[in-house]
Amino acid sequence: MSDAVPPSTSLPAVEIAAAVRRGERSAVEVLEEHLAVIHEREHEIHAFNLLMDDHARVAAAHVDRQVAAGHDPGPLAGVPVALKDNLCTSGVPTTCSSRILEGWCPPYDATVVARLRMAGAILIGKTNLDEFAMGSSTEHSAFGPTRNPHDPARVPGGSSGGSAAAVAAGFAPLALGSDTGGSIRQPASLCGVVGVKPTYGRVSRYGLVAFASSLDQIGPLAPTVADAAAALEVIAGHDPLDSTSVPEPAPELLARLGEGVEGLRVGVVAELMGEGIAPDVRRRVEAAADALAEAGAKVDDATVPAATYGLSAYYLIAPAEASSNLARYDGVRYGLRVDAPTTAAMNTATRTAGFGAEVKRRIMLGTYALSAGYYDAYYGKAQKVRTLIIRDFAAAYESFDLLLSPVSPTTAFPLGAKAADPLTMYLSDVCTIPSNLAGDPSVSVPFGTGDDGLAIGVQVLAPALAEATMLRAAAVLEDAVAGNHPGGRR
Amino acid sequence: MSEWETVVGLEVHCELATASKLFCGCRNAFGDEPNTNVCPVCLGLPGSLPVLNRGAVELAMRLGLALGCEVRPSTFHRKNYFYPDMPKDYQISQYDEPINVDGVIELPDGTRIGVERAHLEEDTGKSTHVGGGGRIHEADRSLVDYNRAGVPLVEIVSRPDLRSAEQAKAYVNELRAVLLATGASDARMEEGSMRVDANVSVRPAGSSTFGTRCEVKNLNSTRSLARAIDYETRRQIELLTDGEPVVQQTRHWDEADGRTHPLRSKEEAFDYRYFPEPDLVALAPLEEWQAAVAEALPLLPAARRRRLADVTGAGIASVAVVVERGLDHLVLAAMEAGGDAGRLMVHAEHDLAGTTGALDVDAFAGLTRMEADGALTATQAKAVLAELVANGGDPQAVAAALGYEALSGDVLAEAVDAAVAANPGAWDRFLAGDTKVTGFFVGQVMKATAGKADGKAVTALLRQRAAG
Amino acid sequence: MVPMAERITPSDVAHVADLARLELSPEELELFTGQLADVLDHAADVEALDLSEVVPTAHPLPLVNVLRDDVVRPSLDRRAVLDAAPAVEDHRFQVPPVLGEPG
Ligand SMILES: [Mg+2]
Ligand SMILES: [Zn+2]
Repeated sequence: MSDAVPPSTSLPAVEIAAAVRRGERSAVEVLEEHLAVIHEREHEIHAFNLLMDDHARVAAAHVDRQVAAGHDPGPLAGVPVALKDNLCTSGVPTTCSSRILEGWCPPYDATVVARLRMAGAILIGKTNLDEFAMGSSTEHSAFGPTRNPHDPARVPGGSSGGSAAAVAAGFAPLALGSDTGGSIRQPASLCGVVGVKPTYGRVSRYGLVAFASSLDQIGPLAPTVADAAAALEVIAGHDPLDSTSVPEPAPELLARLGEGVEGLRVGVVAELMGEGIAPDVRRRVEAAADALAEAGAKVDDATVPAATYGLSAYYLIAPAEASSNLARYDGVRYGLRVDAPTTAAMNTATRTAGFGAEVKRRIMLGTYALSAGYYDAYYGKAQKVRTLIIRDFAAAYESFDLLLSPVSPTTAFPLGAKAADPLTMYLSDVCTIPSNLAGDPSVSVPFGTGDDGLAIGVQVLAPALAEATMLRAAAVLEDAVAGNHPGGRR
Repeated sequence: MSEWETVVGLEVHCELATASKLFCGCRNAFGDEPNTNVCPVCLGLPGSLPVLNRGAVELAMRLGLALGCEVRPSTFHRKNYFYPDMPKDYQISQYDEPINVDGVIELPDGTRIGVERAHLEEDTGKSTHVGGGGRIHEADRSLVDYNRAGVPLVEIVSRPDLRSAEQAKAYVNELRAVLLATGASDARMEEGSMRVDANVSVRPAGSSTFGTRCEVKNLNSTRSLARAIDYETRRQIELLTDGEPVVQQTRHWDEADGRTHPLRSKEEAFDYRYFPEPDLVALAPLEEWQAAVAEALPLLPAARRRRLADVTGAGIASVAVVVERGLDHLVLAAMEAGGDAGRLMVHAEHDLAGTTGALDVDAFAGLTRMEADGALTATQAKAVLAELVANGGDPQAVAAALGYEALSGDVLAEAVDAAVAANPGAWDRFLAGDTKVTGFFVGQVMKATAGKADGKAVTALLRQRAAG
Repeated sequence: MVPMAERITPSDVAHVADLARLELSPEELELFTGQLADVLDHAADVEALDLSEVVPTAHPLPLVNVLRDDVVRPSLDRRAVLDAAPAVEDHRFQVPPVLGEPG
């Protein structure tokens, strides 16, 4: 390779795929270049629970053979992709960063994994997460925390912290995460990458190890909006294996990215701009609003009153569903077993040893919220708040095409800063939770840095199934921050 | 001592006769090698998701419509409790919005028993308790086979309308008949595809309030159901007569000692923490869908009994037996073909217990016609019928082959004349109204005709002669 | 509204841990009781709302009748299934004695 050709690790995913499909780069070379970066920095970052380098080499060689034979390996040909370690990979360990699943190999691929393989993507490893996706810092991993590539003393956010860090560190130009209350968008914001939470039902959950089933969504993390759009086109679309899958084909996103925001009505959510949001974060959201206005959008203040109840409702609903979803880790069929004289005692011993403190906390919170005498006061009421949030968003979308808000109240915080106080940690999700409760899509786009020089993402929210419009606005913000428009780079 | 009344409500779990399981494509089959019909979904593997089986929903709707239920929009809930034969440690079941509500089962004697609901849920796997003679409390380990996990069930909950063990048995038999008629289930209690739990309480006769009930489990046949209800009734009456309270609890029927025993309660109080199953969406049995399912329903046992009674004039007991055996269609068709209603019913009730084999409708009709014409005696008809069932054929030809040529009227009349002539004393008594000698003459004629004569025809000829 | 001190007691937490098949040390019991109380206290804003006229939303999607045809699909290979199990006997999953009966 001549010096004139930049290494693939500096390229966005769509350019790698284009080059591989044209035969200008080999998938094997692309892979090795990424593996080299991983070997250089992974010991410091700990983005991965498991590297799938052997599998990846086989898959990359196959892609190259397809190209040589004149076949199109697919839209993500040769693109290394990092998978959050709560996505099932056939024959490859899937741990959810939990002792209770250590060593377990699923006998099947998640639908998104199968779709990535079909699209020619090269799966390079399973990324670290907060155990069972419960957390906002990736510190609650049984296998140790992931560090923020921009400042290893700080957290990458979570729970998809490993995926966000992998993209930010150049380990992979694409990663998948899961987002139940902000777990894609918040780490994307803290690591300075793009993170998309699609509409609930847009991407099949089949093979995503459940945290809170009515809120979980899989989505991409990527260096650019176009990369995220390309990944979403591949993984989205109806799946008969998921009853909650939207019965529509994958949306056309890439082709529409350049359409701009001329004439779109954008509202800044007042309820998410107040107390608790750091001033530098607020300023970046205001700057983003200005950039969109500059690009032709009509920007105004919007109100979603019930969004203020989102956090409370979420921390009743999500743990309740989790308490049920995680009951199956009982030491009977797979994973860890700690022996004891009776089955009940064995269940207890296994779960007590296998789950970390945060998981136990949420299981107990959820069990409590569902238990006799408390259901109506807690779970039942939270489900009603959900109705209010959906109603208030619907009302806002009568006046606006898109909404704008912060993602994380702050930039990346130091490791350990919030670990001791769960409630403080939970407050990290205040701006991201409303979209999960409403089932609507949203995206975190890097939009400059805070006073500490750390990345800040802004959130674009859209009505259900309006990913295309949402990503058009994200692309405009991306352009603006790159200096192509005034008001972007600070 | 006052009179007591037993009050029984039944909860019946039936496996639906689908090809695949309720939420996955694994085979729904009994008796396969352990753990061969399992997949990520029915093993509850991490990441797996349920998708509802249309066939199971339609069978549940069929049953609901057959029971006269309102078929409603419904949802699934999770019922959370830890148990090793339940792969997810929750059961997906319909809770406060079941698919079928407010039906009725009409027993053969016309009693109507209310059905509160008939809802869909998934079955559990099967545990075998090893060591300690296989008894659960003494076992030293248990082995779990998940082939049955996720098999579709309907749970049919009766209202507490049953008043005796016999009635409970009749209810289960009738429900089984409906399940078979609709094709919803093969309803085999021995194989466990139909499982009955009984809620039993007693109260002073005439009372309109309910006593404290006990739920009795492990009833493997209608016989044990009846025995358990009788036992439980006696036990509760004894308690109450002694001034002791009945404690609400779940009890286990022990077939061997003929008693119910309290089940060791779990160390934790039951708190199932029901909540809506987020992995499934609601069911809305739209009108056209319901209409299509209803259209495909066959005529059900109660309606068939009414029809058969109307057409044949037979009594409740005979009609019940014939419909239970599924012979009503044959009887009705044979009547159409000119058969004799009374004789068709007699044969269907008493002589066709097993199979109808090679018997066809016309032959059955012809046989009863020959009987009615006096061409065959009842005993001969039975023999001819057995041959028709075994090898088929035409009743006339079969009768001939068996040597049952019909006596012509002349031959019979001659034999009667001869018997009268040979026994003048007896004839005088007959003329004097002594009917006891009728049998004597019939016997004489039988002897003379080698048993080919029909008793009724002989009697008729004797009367004719006396009158003439 | 329940005052915070009574919102959730250590005995509530112990009961819930029992239901969830978790065992807590005395220190954990105390720590978790405080932490759960904090979260429930934060949820007091929701508790205080009058939502008697509001219908609960279990699910963000308005889908109904998502069904698959009653068709048999291949099951998993038994060896692979049992290989994942902590203990197997006679092609079945082996567990210690089970006390009590299922619900
Ligand atoms: Mg049941
Ligand atoms: Zn299955």
